[in-house]
Amino acid sequence: MTTLDQTTEEILELAAAHFRVPRAELNPGDDFFTKLGINSLQALDLLTRLEQHFQIELPDYELQGVSDFRTLAERIQSRL
Amino acid sequence: MLDLSQYNCLGEALRAALDRWDDQVCLIEADRERENVRLTYRQFKQAARPVINTLQGAGFQSGSRAAILMTNQSKWLISAYAILFSGGVLVPLDYKLSPAEQLALLAHAKAQVLVVEYHLWRAIIQSPEFGSLVARTVLVTEAPASADLAGATRWEECRDSREPRFIARKRNDPAAIVYSSGTMGRPKGCVLTHENYLEQCIALTSLYPFWPGVRYLSILPTNHAIDFMVGFVGPFVCGATVVHLRTLRPEYIRDALARYKITYLTVVPAILKALEQNLRKRFADLPPSRLRVLNGLIGLNRALTRGRPRVRISRTLLKQVHAAFGGQLRALFVGGAFTEPSTLQFFYDLGIPVANAYGCTEAGTAITVNDLKPFRADTVGKPLPGAEIKILDAGQDGVGEVAVRSKTVMSEYLDDPELTAETIVDGWLRTGDLGRIDKAGHLQLFGRVKNMIVTEEGKNVYPEEIEAAFEGLPVKEACVFAANYVWHERKMTGEQLVLVIHPEQGGRISEEVVAQISSRNRPLLNYKRVGGYLIWEQDFPRTASLKIKRMELAAQIREKLGRERVVPL
Repeated sequence: MTTLDQTTEEILELAAAHFRVPRAELNPGDDFFTKLGINSLQALDLLTRLEQHFQIELPDYELQGVSDFRTLAERIQSRL
Repeated sequence: MLDLSQYNCLGEALRAALDRWDDQVCLIEADRERENVRLTYRQFKQAARPVINTLQGAGFQSGSRAAILMTNQSKWLISAYAILFSGGVLVPLDYKLSPAEQLALLAHAKAQVLVVEYHLWRAIIQSPEFGSLVARTVLVTEAPASADLAGATRWEECRDSREPRFIARKRNDPAAIVYSSGTMGRPKGCVLTHENYLEQCIALTSLYPFWPGVRYLSILPTNHAIDFMVGFVGPFVCGATVVHLRTLRPEYIRDALARYKITYLTVVPAILKALEQNLRKRFADLPPSRLRVLNGLIGLNRALTRGRPRVRISRTLLKQVHAAFGGQLRALFVGGAFTEPSTLQFFYDLGIPVANAYGCTEAGTAITVNDLKPFRADTVGKPLPGAEIKILDAGQDGVGEVAVRSKTVMSEYLDDPELTAETIVDGWLRTGDLGRIDKAGHLQLFGRVKNMIVTEEGKNVYPEEIEAAFEGLPVKEACVFAANYVWHERKMTGEQLVLVIHPEQGGRISEEVVAQISSRNRPLLNYKRVGGYLIWEQDFPRTASLKIKRMELAAQIREKLGRERVVPL
């Protein structure tokens, strides 16, 4: 069973690769809008990539009120 | 032209439409590749009955207020119809707000009913402010069987399908209270009357008509006045079909356009840009020979459509491009924020007319829209039929504040006569936007005179609302401004919020205070964050009741300090 830390790590790696940001610059508590310099549409794009990676379906509303990697990981973890 | 003169209220116009169009499909709800719901007008009417009976059974009556807090989906429209049929006043709320903000607006609107999606309700009941909920009746949609609903009723368990009693309203009665802002500060609840909506419907459909067979893809939130009109009232009274998509991801929007052969679509500039980028990428991937042919066809289409759109010719010339959009698209509407003229031109050259529009909730949605006769990428079009615009305090270049007079302008801000009197002066609504009317009667926008920013996703942000986040900082006083309000720059993009700090003593603030500012700024939603701070060493000018005289303070700052003094955060 994947732990929350593992899920968070996978999200950080995927976000770094997708938006071409050095992995070392991303931390679980970071605001992904600011850190990745993305808007809400690009955040939805990230959600699609995460769906493919974790092989789950994430409705758009799972991004509601979420702006940091850790909380996003919690939302994904609850669906794994 | 559409004749709605026999109707006094939206409930009446919609009720007649449901009877008239009977077996036409009125509503499709899709989620990715799946189709969740498909209803004819007759089925829609039947689906609304149990909701109407539940509302009326709970004491809902003429003039009662009911809020809807949902993403775009079939139950939004069914619930709205139930509320309007029962003589109620609709309070559409923004599902993207935080639970605390939603509860504050529910209290301000004094909504006695709330219709809400389960995931949003779950966030509300978990929030510390839940105790402040004023609604007595709560209907929750799509809740899992085991969910704790905190006393709310399941929407799906409304089952009384007897013929309900219709409650009529008068034309000047309020139909909806739509919040244009004010979630943390002074709520701006625009009271829109039945007349406002009926007149707006006539004006918009005179330029862009709906008829049975037209399919409108509704992706802008229906809580916005514009989607409520063009994604519900307009199509319904004309017998057209509304398609809801429960995701905003561009790949599914593209898919839905083709699958449902969409006729019209309204987007914000950010989505239009994403569609443009995708197309440009696909063009760039073509073999050079095919790209040359495509560019030739685009050039030919541009020449042939210079005077007006010629949809059939464009569809023949650029068949594959149009096929990707379903082959039936007649126009894309864009508004809510500034759109790059190059993006508008890109689509027009492909034979997909983009009607750039301008409006605000206070004006009942649209004020101007491009009529495409001919297409103009550099303006937001001409006033809608029945709307007059004028430019206040115009400079030598003709640029000044845009004011509008129309039967679609709201009656007032809810419970705020002072703000209403400042905003509607001698029958003219002051928009706070800077514009100029050119010789062809088109409106061009240049920026804002009001203290506000608009994001590329069409979100209006009022600086006063952000100030609560910085209350109690160890400084003498602080306030937030839109940078363009202080330093007038005629631009529509890259807008920024600035925190003005008056330190306790001396002209500096400690690193500790800067850290506090950053830590308070960070949790704010990305579009509500301040971009930097500015040190100001004088007392803020204030009224007798100690409110900051913002215009005066902005003028003082402008005179003494340049924009380069803003320290980025």
